[in-house]
Amino acid sequence: MAGLELLSDQGYRVDGRRAGELRKIQARMGVFAQADGSAYIEQGNTKALAVVYGPHEIRGSRARALPDRALVNCQYSSATFSTGERKRRPHGDRKSCEMGLQLRQTFEAAILTQLHPRSQIDIYVQVLQADGGTYAACVNAATLAVLDAGVPMRDFVCACSAGFVDGTPLADLSHVEEAAGGPQLALALLPASGQIALLEMDARLHEDHLEQVLEAAARAARDVHALLDRVVRQHVREASVLLGD
Amino acid sequence: MASVTLSEAEKVYIVHGIQEDLRVDGRGCEDYRCVEVETDVVSNTSGSARVKLGHTDILVGVKAEMGTPKLEKPNEGYLEFFVDCSANATPEFEGRGGDDLGTEIANTLSRIFSNKSSVDLQALCISPGEHCWTLYVDVLLLECGGNLFDAISIAVKAAVFNTRIPRVRVLVDEEGSKDIELSDDPYDCIRLSVENVPCIVTLCKIGYRHVVDATLQEEACSLASLLVSVTSKGVVTCMRKVGKGSLEPESIFEMMETGKRVGKVLHSSLQTVLHKEESLGPKRQKVGFLG
Repeated sequence: MAGLELLSDQGYRVDGRRAGELRKIQARMGVFAQADGSAYIEQGNTKALAVVYGPHEIRGSRARALPDRALVNCQYSSATFSTGERKRRPHGDRKSCEMGLQLRQTFEAAILTQLHPRSQIDIYVQVLQADGGTYAACVNAATLAVLDAGVPMRDFVCACSAGFVDGTPLADLSHVEEAAGGPQLALALLPASGQIALLEMDARLHEDHLEQVLEAAARAARDVHALLDRVVRQHVREASVLLGD
Repeated sequence: MASVTLSEAEKVYIVHGIQEDLRVDGRGCEDYRCVEVETDVVSNTSGSARVKLGHTDILVGVKAEMGTPKLEKPNEGYLEFFVDCSANATPEFEGRGGDDLGTEIANTLSRIFSNKSSVDLQALCISPGEHCWTLYVDVLLLECGGNLFDAISIAVKAAVFNTRIPRVRVLVDEEGSKDIELSDDPYDCIRLSVENVPCIVTLCKIGYRHVVDATLQEEACSLASLLVSVTSKGVVTCMRKVGKGSLEPESIFEMMETGKRVGKVLHSSLQTVLHKEESLGPKRQKVGFLG
């Protein structure tokens, strides 16, 4: 084990959280006026923006149009100043491409794409500050942005990461915990049905422990759902006051 | 660049209004939209600022890294500019779509800052010819509502104002080998003076007149505009004509005069806001994107 103790004997983590505790989440919908939908989320020190354009006509080559459903197009980029060490380019590197692909998979599972055949939905996420759990923050921000755009979805998509230290599953890993190199699980959940939209597991973990870790991630994702749901309701309430209903 | 399509009638409405010194949003020809500035919004940078000018939204992060000075300037540090036109602003910027505009803006910024009088680059030198601070100024374009250059220059100035570079000392031991020691106190840092950092004022020629701080709609009516970089004392340090149209020499001088006048006011109000925010200290409630 490395010099850093990730979980103390008293059951506290490096930043003082309990094993299953999330970092503070703050979110806002409708950040930008020009986009069809936009949202901003802060999960601890991880900050992400998501913007949705569409559904609109296919841009570029017509050949990409799908006859039976909408094309979901995702781009992930992370600001050059978002990480501790400065990044050379914001997008186009391997990690960003992979992240874009994962987001696309996640949202193809959640958006009712068959309602908009031959059209395109763009989801762009931008990480402003990275402190662990960037995938989860991006998915959560993108969910709010898709809702803000009014694109029909099966359900919220709520994501959370989980790790495993000393026989205890930890929810919502911070950068320090990620960097320690233990097993890491990213989960995107459709909370109402309990279906999994994306599951990714890096590093080795004994099969017997998987269920525990999965359970911890799912519980954390449900907690995230409760928070996001509150944000959406608050936003709708404010919007309806503005409209004078 | 992000653009809007306007019908002929809409254009006539805008142009005629401007001739009467009345713009669509009720401003006069020399008025800026409301500018929102907040510094220290990204905590893992040396300095950052967010500027919102109408619908234009800019985030700037400055990171100080240690590097080697350039050969021709051994006792100066340097600033490196990078502008990311993210797809957030408009889908046209997806992939490599924003690169051209980004490079254009970054080049303009580095031309303004390469001027010796703008920033004290010698303060960034650690040991001549060996080590210096490199300030990576990264601009992130989040929403595009016209008048990008002005908003970006305001944001860069605010971010440089906010930048804190850790103080380091060079220790030389008996054998002559040098060692760099970082100060123990995290609050012991150097700050750059932004007194002479210029701001860009863009003047759009619309009809017979010119306006400052054009919106996207107004930019669509203009064929040519003039970028003037003005310091707080009203000195013009750089000038560039942009756009596909042409300008008459007399109108360029008129626009320069307006630029100087407007620039001075812009600088003084920006200084006031920055100092006011600074005086609130660390207890200031950070708003960021949640407000």
